[in-house]
Amino acid sequence: MEVITTDIVIIGAGGAGLRAAITVAEQYPDLKIALISKVYPMRSHTVAAEGGAAAVTQDHDTLENHFHDTVSGGDWLCDQDTVQYFVEHAREELVQLEHWGCPWSRKSDGHVDVRAFGGMKIERTWFAADKSGFHILHTLFQTSLKYGSINRFDEYFTTDLIVEDGRCQGVVAIEIATGSMRLFVAKAVILATGGAGRVFRANTNGAIVTGDGMGMAYRAGVPLQDMEFVQYHPTCLAATGILMTEACRGEGGILVNKDGYRFLQDYGLGPVDPWPRNKAMELGPRDRLSQAIWHEQQKGRTIKTENGDVVNLDLRHLGAKKLQERLPFICELAKDFAGVDPVTTPIPVKPAVHYTMGGVKTDLTATTPLPGLYAVGECASNGLHGANRLGSNSLTELVVFGKQAGIYASEYAKNVAVTNQSAIEAQAEKYRQRIDSLLNRAEGNERISTIRKEMALTMEEGIGIYRTGDSMQATCNKLSELRERMKSAKLDDTSSVYNTELFLAIELEAMLETAASMAHSALNRKESRGSHQRLDGYENRDDVNYLKHSLAYYNADGDPKIEYADVCITTSQPAERVYGGAADDRGK
Amino acid sequence: MPDEQFEIDILRYRPETENEPVMQTYTIPYVRDWSVLDALNHIKDNLDGTLSYRWSCKMAVCGSCGMMVNGEPKLSCNTFLRDYHPGKITVEPLAHFPIERDLIINMDSFMEKLEKIKPYLIPTEEKPLADGEHLQSPDELMKYKQYSMCINCLLCYSACPEFGLEPDFLGPAALSLALRYNLDSRDNGQDQRTRIANTDKGVWPCMFVGSCSEVCPKHVNPASAIQQTKITSTIEWYKNVLMPRGSEAGGND
Repeated sequence: MEVITTDIVIIGAGGAGLRAAITVAEQYPDLKIALISKVYPMRSHTVAAEGGAAAVTQDHDTLENHFHDTVSGGDWLCDQDTVQYFVEHAREELVQLEHWGCPWSRKSDGHVDVRAFGGMKIERTWFAADKSGFHILHTLFQTSLKYGSINRFDEYFTTDLIVEDGRCQGVVAIEIATGSMRLFVAKAVILATGGAGRVFRANTNGAIVTGDGMGMAYRAGVPLQDMEFVQYHPTCLAATGILMTEACRGEGGILVNKDGYRFLQDYGLGPVDPWPRNKAMELGPRDRLSQAIWHEQQKGRTIKTENGDVVNLDLRHLGAKKLQERLPFICELAKDFAGVDPVTTPIPVKPAVHYTMGGVKTDLTATTPLPGLYAVGECASNGLHGANRLGSNSLTELVVFGKQAGIYASEYAKNVAVTNQSAIEAQAEKYRQRIDSLLNRAEGNERISTIRKEMALTMEEGIGIYRTGDSMQATCNKLSELRERMKSAKLDDTSSVYNTELFLAIELEAMLETAASMAHSALNRKESRGSHQRLDGYENRDDVNYLKHSLAYYNADGDPKIEYADVCITTSQPAERVYGGAADDRGK
Repeated sequence: MPDEQFEIDILRYRPETENEPVMQTYTIPYVRDWSVLDALNHIKDNLDGTLSYRWSCKMAVCGSCGMMVNGEPKLSCNTFLRDYHPGKITVEPLAHFPIERDLIINMDSFMEKLEKIKPYLIPTEEKPLADGEHLQSPDELMKYKQYSMCINCLLCYSACPEFGLEPDFLGPAALSLALRYNLDSRDNGQDQRTRIANTDKGVWPCMFVGSCSEVCPKHVNPASAIQQTKITSTIEWYKNVLMPRGSEAGGND
């Protein structure tokens, strides 16, 4: 097997991986970087983010406001040291993107404009119309081309981490174009592989969002933290799951049920007036809005369509001019994929899985419990989002903590040497055999697409917006069955060149493990908090027993082992989450 | 499942077993709302796992899924079966690029061209982060915004007859991105980029056929970008004749 020796391996070339790579290249020019991605960088799923990135910007806003919005939005499961670092460094990182050319939307005086977002007390979301992620990704990728020390390995699929002498010392990856495996020997490895939303049926995520990095770290013994917290975005196109950004509501859009009634006022988010106002009605947090839509459906007040029950996202009153200026992509998507012109017709929407709050356990330095391994972005859980992420915090997270990952991985890499190379190579050989046996399995009759669809369905049924012990147990059982059946999966394609079916199979193996970590973490959390809501006697938050992060540990022979760790609380003691009029009263 | 069927001819090429590409016909259910990508995914999931193609976002922004549909370059995710119904469709890899396998093309040449045109801000001087953002009026933003919308899907290269003849032509997307930075009020790198654009592989092969702009799914209008760059390049050429670069004060290299 060809061996590539480098200092730092970065897996994933989306917003977080690119920001990490640029940091290493700028601040540690002597370190060699291998930036490995299963797709060309500009295809990474950061590209699909629409609404914007949060940072305290206006004079009447404060870091304390952003801190409090994030911590209360996360239902107090956030690590407050991480949140503090985040709010303090958010603005400089968005300014850095501006200096690299990001075409942020501007006010008439030439300063960057900000818009309102859900759960945010003051407008602080920087945006590039409604393609903020696209512009951030292309700005970072194009900027990265300046640096000679970033060696890209585009369309290389990383399958496993190499752990030797108790630390991460490299990875193995398959060159997709040829099918040949390479061993990357490195002093430090940064995971920036994105989320795992594709384990659910209805989701906003691209095909590539399959939790590969989570799966790799998990199999290597690193715990996955807070995996039960999965965000349903309330406003997605019914047939395709395509995201209708929260910025639609930030710009003044409203949600109505089949009677044209703004139902959110019935769920602790009203009163309706004065409108618009922050942290009320349609500008509530995503978990509360998705839950409200679920209740409307139970009451029979949603609209039945061939693609399921929907509510209407009404933007008509914004007018054609504003829609074209602020939400042009939304108009295009609604027309192309739902046959609806938002200027004249409300958009039918329903909740779909959007974001995994959980991930590889890290801290505010992107450091994992495994020496030499760092993780950042949606694949990581550094305690920023707690039990529910606020919209526009995740794009900022990519750059704030992408930089941290670059710095901490570099400092580590400077001070270690690769040890036991022969054992590393032996491990790589073992991983190659695993892939070979998957590729050339003689016996077996399971189609991977069948297993994938059954997995996505059982996750939706058991680990949805509302959960019960029975439904979660059923999903855990189903996932065990699917994991067994995966051993009999047989590929149609046994070739080497661009064998995309092989990569679907490897992704599915990771997804089955990631899904199990979600389902078991959920089953074990006997309370309701943020995006984890139960209907079976655990409807309330339980700070006595569950003001804790869950940690799921891989178990090759069966169900994951679930442990718990303390949440870092500095200045904000847990309190009731309030929005709408109740929040206004509390503010007085 | 509806009863009506729909036929798709797909170009197959498996270099390990085939010397030449071949057409393969698949029969799928006709579903009015299906995109061509949905049809391909149906085939891969249910009929033939060996079919290979690139895709991800399924919302026309990642740029992965460009292919020829009935001879026209399209994003397969926002091209719908209903627009070809009744009838059949033929799906082939993007024209003018080497085929790696099935619908997957080799895009190395584009990646090199992108890097070549220096697609990043080249400011006069670095501004400290503590000084905040550069000021840029909405009008200044609008000057280049359109050219920043390129998703690198490469449909424009497939539509371009000149690229078909001259694979080294920098081509519509790379030249549009060069202009995107040249027109940015924060940039001072136009001189460097014009030197790259003003060559026989730069703007000059373009015959202004305009098909790049017609097929662009993001309305970037590369044809206009190239014509603007030709004008700049011509002015630069005259400036260099009248005032050779060696004598130019403040040359930016």
